[in-house]
Amino acid sequence: MSKGEEEVKLLGAWPSPFVLRARIALNMKSVRYEFLQETFGSKSQLLLQSNPVHKKIPVLIHGDKPVCESLIIVEYIDQVWSSPPSILPSHPYDRAVARFWAAYLDEKWFPAMKSVQGAKGEEERKALMQQLEEGLALMESAYHSVSKGKPFFGGDRVGYLDIAFGCYLGWLRVIESFSGLKLLDHAKTPGLAQWAQAFCAHDAVKPVMPETDKLIEFAKVLMAKAPPK
Amino acid sequence: MGREDVKVVSFWASLFGRRVEWALKLKGIQYEYIEEDISNKSSLLLNLNPVHKKVPVLLHHQKPIIESCLILEYIDETWMHNPLLPPQPHQKALARFWSKFADETMVDAAWMAMCFSGNEKESALKVGRESMQRIEDEIRGKKFFGGDDIGYLDIALGWISYWLPVWEQVGSFQILDPLKFPAIIAWITNFLNHPVITDSLPPRNELLLYYQRIRSQLSST
Repeated sequence: MSKGEEEVKLLGAWPSPFVLRARIALNMKSVRYEFLQETFGSKSQLLLQSNPVHKKIPVLIHGDKPVCESLIIVEYIDQVWSSPPSILPSHPYDRAVARFWAAYLDEKWFPAMKSVQGAKGEEERKALMQQLEEGLALMESAYHSVSKGKPFFGGDRVGYLDIAFGCYLGWLRVIESFSGLKLLDHAKTPGLAQWAQAFCAHDAVKPVMPETDKLIEFAKVLMAKAPPK
Repeated sequence: MGREDVKVVSFWASLFGRRVEWALKLKGIQYEYIEEDISNKSSLLLNLNPVHKKVPVLLHHQKPIIESCLILEYIDETWMHNPLLPPQPHQKALARFWSKFADETMVDAAWMAMCFSGNEKESALKVGRESMQRIEDEIRGKKFFGGDDIGYLDIALGWISYWLPVWEQVGSFQILDPLKFPAIIAWITNFLNHPVITDSLPPRNELLLYYQRIRSQLSST
């Protein structure tokens, strides 16, 4: 059996932005896979075996080999299923730029987003919201310089940075809904607002992007289960 | 190959910057080194890396590339001889996984063990030792993480061979127990003896003094 024909499983959960990255990448390459959803609140044996270090989703299991970490999974998918469309940009410099912004989002921007709901008091919440806004301003500028007038960070096609950033859109809308504040819209981030629409409408994204309403319900369940402060 | 315009902006003690120099030397790429005083950041650095304001920065034909592991990938994709990353997709994914793991978990733990005392130190040591066990499991039976020769993961973990023992001395702790981690100790010897690495290390006594100063500055705040 050739590498591309071996069985593909994805361990994940529908609300996770990181799992979404893997699903979009697999869709872009038209890879058939079995989606094994983890039950919220518990970790399956398969997950614990496949990702013993972090015990986190997503995990891509290709044949019998696990691949962990969402961005590493996206690069793996692009390398194994190498026929077009390419996910990573072709030029090393453009790859470095795309990877840089993806790392920025994961290491600096998303932690602020995660902390907003649990913020202790209005001042902390405001500070975190401001961090999110500043990050979005950076991404707006990055979008203009990277896309060079084309619809996506990847140019004419959805690429690595579109996937790395776009996966967060659902949860961003949840934050906007809870706070009553717009963070990504035509007034503040016109380029990103247009990009977000195009991204969410993309064939590889639409079937798997969670609906904001469902995420809001899920967020409420999470908050109800969270231990009291 | 024509004269390439390659510059490295870094700080002499930076373990992250050293990765970039090792990679370039392993590929035989000539570069200009620009020293940055990270305690007094230049406008050059702030222009090249406005988001993080950190070293190292690689400049290739005046275009900046940031983040040491991303720079390693850029170098490997631009100069494709003497490959650093394994070509096989799963092996490549593993190399990336372990370097991310080490940078997110181990560097911080070792740093905190050096700088702090009491409970914070103990927690950091616990994390450091558990992480080191995972790395021990990865290197066992191999000369280098890259196989017969130094590769991406050896470069990414190279700090363990030289910076960690210095931090252990400065912070009076031990993670690198030869009884617990014999494979890592053997790898350290192989790594430091590699001709490219051995000629590209900061002077140990200066490194020691530098981190002793840092530690005492932190204790006095």
